[in-house]
Amino acid sequence: MNDTGAPGPMQRKALFLERDSYRRRRLMDAARVLPVLGAALFLLPVLWPDADTTSAEPVRTSNAVIYIFGTWLVLIGLALCLGRAAPDWLDAGAQDDTPDAG
Amino acid sequence: MASLNLLVLVCIGYVALLFIVAFAADRAAARGRSTWLRSPLIYTLSLSIYCTAWTFYGAVGYAARSGLEFVTIYLGPTLVMVGWWWGLRKLVRIGRSQRVTSIADLISSRYGKSNTLAIGVTVLAVIAVTPYISLQLQSITLSFAIFAAADPLAAPWQESSVFWVAAGLAVFAILFGTRNLDANERHHGVVTAIALEAVVKLVALLAVGIFVVWGVAGGVSDTLARIDASDIGQWRVDAERWAMITFLAAAAFVCLPRMFQVMIVENDDERHLRTAAWAFPLYLLLMSLFVVPIAVVGLDLLPPGSNPDLFVLSLPLSQGREGLAMLSFLGGFSSATSMVIVAAMALSTMVSNHIVMPIWLSLRVDGASQSGDVRQVVLLARRVSIGGIMLLGVIYFRLSGGGAALAAIGLIAFVGIAQILPVLLGGLFWRGSTRMGALAGLSVGFAVWLYALLLPGIGGSLMSEQLMSQGPFGLSWLRPYALFNIDGLDPIVHSGLWSLSLNTLAFVAVSLVTFPGPVERLQGAQFVNVFDHSAGPRGWTGSVAQSEDLMVMTQRILGAADARALFQAEAALQGGHGHLPDPTPRFLERLERKLAGSVGAATAHAMIGQIVGGSAVSVQDLMAVADESAQMLEYSSRLEAQSAELTRTAGKLREANEKLTQISLQKDGFLSQVSHELRTPMTSIRAFSEILRDTADLNPDEKRRYATIIHDEALRLTRLLDDLLDLSVLESGQVHLNSRLARLDEVLDHALASALAGYDHPLRVHRDAAGERVMLNSDIDRLAQVFINLIANAQKYCDAADPELRIKIEHAPDGLHVEFHDNGGGIPEGAQAMVFEKFARVSSEKAGGAGLGLAICREIMERLGGDIAYLSGRPGAVFRVTLPVRATTEALLQQA
Repeated sequence: MNDTGAPGPMQRKALFLERDSYRRRRLMDAARVLPVLGAALFLLPVLWPDADTTSAEPVRTSNAVIYIFGTWLVLIGLALCLGRAAPDWLDAGAQDDTPDAG
Repeated sequence: MASLNLLVLVCIGYVALLFIVAFAADRAAARGRSTWLRSPLIYTLSLSIYCTAWTFYGAVGYAARSGLEFVTIYLGPTLVMVGWWWGLRKLVRIGRSQRVTSIADLISSRYGKSNTLAIGVTVLAVIAVTPYISLQLQSITLSFAIFAAADPLAAPWQESSVFWVAAGLAVFAILFGTRNLDANERHHGVVTAIALEAVVKLVALLAVGIFVVWGVAGGVSDTLARIDASDIGQWRVDAERWAMITFLAAAAFVCLPRMFQVMIVENDDERHLRTAAWAFPLYLLLMSLFVVPIAVVGLDLLPPGSNPDLFVLSLPLSQGREGLAMLSFLGGFSSATSMVIVAAMALSTMVSNHIVMPIWLSLRVDGASQSGDVRQVVLLARRVSIGGIMLLGVIYFRLSGGGAALAAIGLIAFVGIAQILPVLLGGLFWRGSTRMGALAGLSVGFAVWLYALLLPGIGGSLMSEQLMSQGPFGLSWLRPYALFNIDGLDPIVHSGLWSLSLNTLAFVAVSLVTFPGPVERLQGAQFVNVFDHSAGPRGWTGSVAQSEDLMVMTQRILGAADARALFQAEAALQGGHGHLPDPTPRFLERLERKLAGSVGAATAHAMIGQIVGGSAVSVQDLMAVADESAQMLEYSSRLEAQSAELTRTAGKLREANEKLTQISLQKDGFLSQVSHELRTPMTSIRAFSEILRDTADLNPDEKRRYATIIHDEALRLTRLLDDLLDLSVLESGQVHLNSRLARLDEVLDHALASALAGYDHPLRVHRDAAGERVMLNSDIDRLAQVFINLIANAQKYCDAADPELRIKIEHAPDGLHVEFHDNGGGIPEGAQAMVFEKFARVSSEKAGGAGLGLAICREIMERLGGDIAYLSGRPGAVFRVTLPVRATTEALLQQA
């Protein structure tokens, strides 16, 4: 690594920086997508056959419990991972929080 | 058998423990040793006041009645927490940067510090939350009643004891919620006690759940089998309710005053959200994990008809587990107390900041700068408000009679509180939302909620049967449960749908058509772009003299020590000496925020405004000032115009005066000249007539000569008098002009003939025959008089050896020029200015006339609307006669 400002190393350094903020922005995207994903998953039971209105075999409550709590756990896990993945989000995000996430 | 007395004892012991914890936490915070108090864990646990007794006891009952639907109450908040990056982060940042004290304060602050909005939100919150508080009171009394029923020795449980429960909770809330007016309303003691209660209720519910699953049902798979075999073994969830309640729970989670209090106001560090984002959903999951098993086993084991809302308590009791039941009771007690305390605190802050303080401030004529402890007033207002809110809860409990009607209130309150959501979201993300829009949205939502849900929902007697089935005045589309004839929806879904959509519609529509005020627009930008800038929206200016007043006021709100510390720190920051900082705009802004943390944004703004007074510059003030200065500018420019006019008039007057003086001088000169002119001929006439009279021997020649001299002089006198008469007629404007048509060349012919008659050597005249072919409409005789005079002058005064006169015609924009050039020496420079004056003669030796000829010419030309001038700088004498355009064009027209 020389310090002369030659194009090669400079470019590589810029690339690393780029990648860094790129990573951070994708994590922000993930944080934005997470509630949407959660809402979709939690709204899924709306489509399940209802014991009162359909003749199809109704979903058993035990399965419903497992689905809902399983989904819940997955969401919590994802939120935990996102929270841990970028400990300095809030500081970086303050400058980086632009709508275009390029 | 657990005795009721033991229970009461445990209860009191537990409350005492809470007191000690809260007290210790407050002390630790005061000493600055509060790092662990500010941990994300405490923050997450404090959020658990979302789980009230309604969820602690009620969730099981809910599950026993409607299966898994209860879980939506937790799914909504989970989504909000998981999506913290979108909404909560911004909310917390705004809350911190604007020193928000409550949800009402936030809304008011966003929409231009409007107190009307704050009052609206406060009223809505009080109406929605009060029944909720009575629900908690009910759960505590019911759980006591369970133990009382199981204890044969106890006296029958008195319903009146609900009052004492409420009183006890009020005391706790007052003691720890209003002990101090923290700069930004953080109550470490209360928050820590709530965190402890959160642990207690989680442990209690988990303990009961574990006991039920592994102690009673016999393991996980057995439990699942039991679930499927029970009444709620099949998926029987109403899809609309599922979606709507999830949404409502999410909305209420953000908008409920108590949630706002712990989540936004008590937040110490934005980063805590990162932990709470997963930890709080986990807490909720654990809280609801065993709800279905407990409900199923309770339905299984307990006698039919027992209240499923109390399974958590009655199940361990029926199994002889009194210790577990006691723990479970404490869990429920914790849920109820923590909710009631925080809700009462949050509501009392809103009531005192937005209703009591503004009234108090406006009632005091002397304003905030006078003596008297505002701090005490604020604290008193809060304490009274807490008491009042608790009292309302008790009254509501008594009126509703408890029971099922009360149990339904949880969701009803959610719908009511969710009405704040559109305004809140609009405020956070849409700069175009306005105060009027927010007012409209809130009012519409509130009205629909009141009409379509709260009034029909809380008691049968409030709305008549007829109204419910046929609508008011027979308007069936206004039936409370079937607005716009959409029938068959669940009331919660129905009212939630209509109230929120009409609310949003009104909010957006009115926002689009109204124009926000300046403070609103600045606050809007501050809120929406909170991550871009955190600077204050308005500037204060003040003088040093006001620092002292500010200090006095701040002392009364923050306390003497805090205020002094704040002012000293600020003075040090400004680099000054002494302990009073200069009231720079930055300092005033910071101070306002600090005060806003205690008394709310609107009140703080008003108080600082009162002190900094005339020089307090809000943007609105600035606008007013700008308006005023615009008016003053306009006024001064008007004055300027007037003064300029006066100057002009004065100038004119001065001119006129000068002219008058001049005229007076001229008149004197004229008189003396006239007398002089008259005297000269008179003298010779007298002399020669005396000679004729007195000398006897005169020969006839001499006689004739003397008589001729007398005659000539008499003629000269006559001519002079004629001229004078002529001139005075012309000058007085009494001359009558006889306009008629004539050709210029004819006029000149006539003039030349008259002027040159009688001369032996008349000068040679060069004329412009083509140019002279012009028709004139003027007083031809007078014009001819001018021409004659000019030609005669040339004949008389031209000193060339071979005198010539050239008459040139020229068409100019200002009229027709007739120029008379002679080839003489012209008029000397010094005499040029005088030639048109009366009695002016160029050379005395050539004095032929009285010197009035040119003066008469000038008067005539003025009367005719034209002009006569001497053109200097040319060889020979050049006179130019200008005939007005009118005279020639009119002539042309008449000719045509």
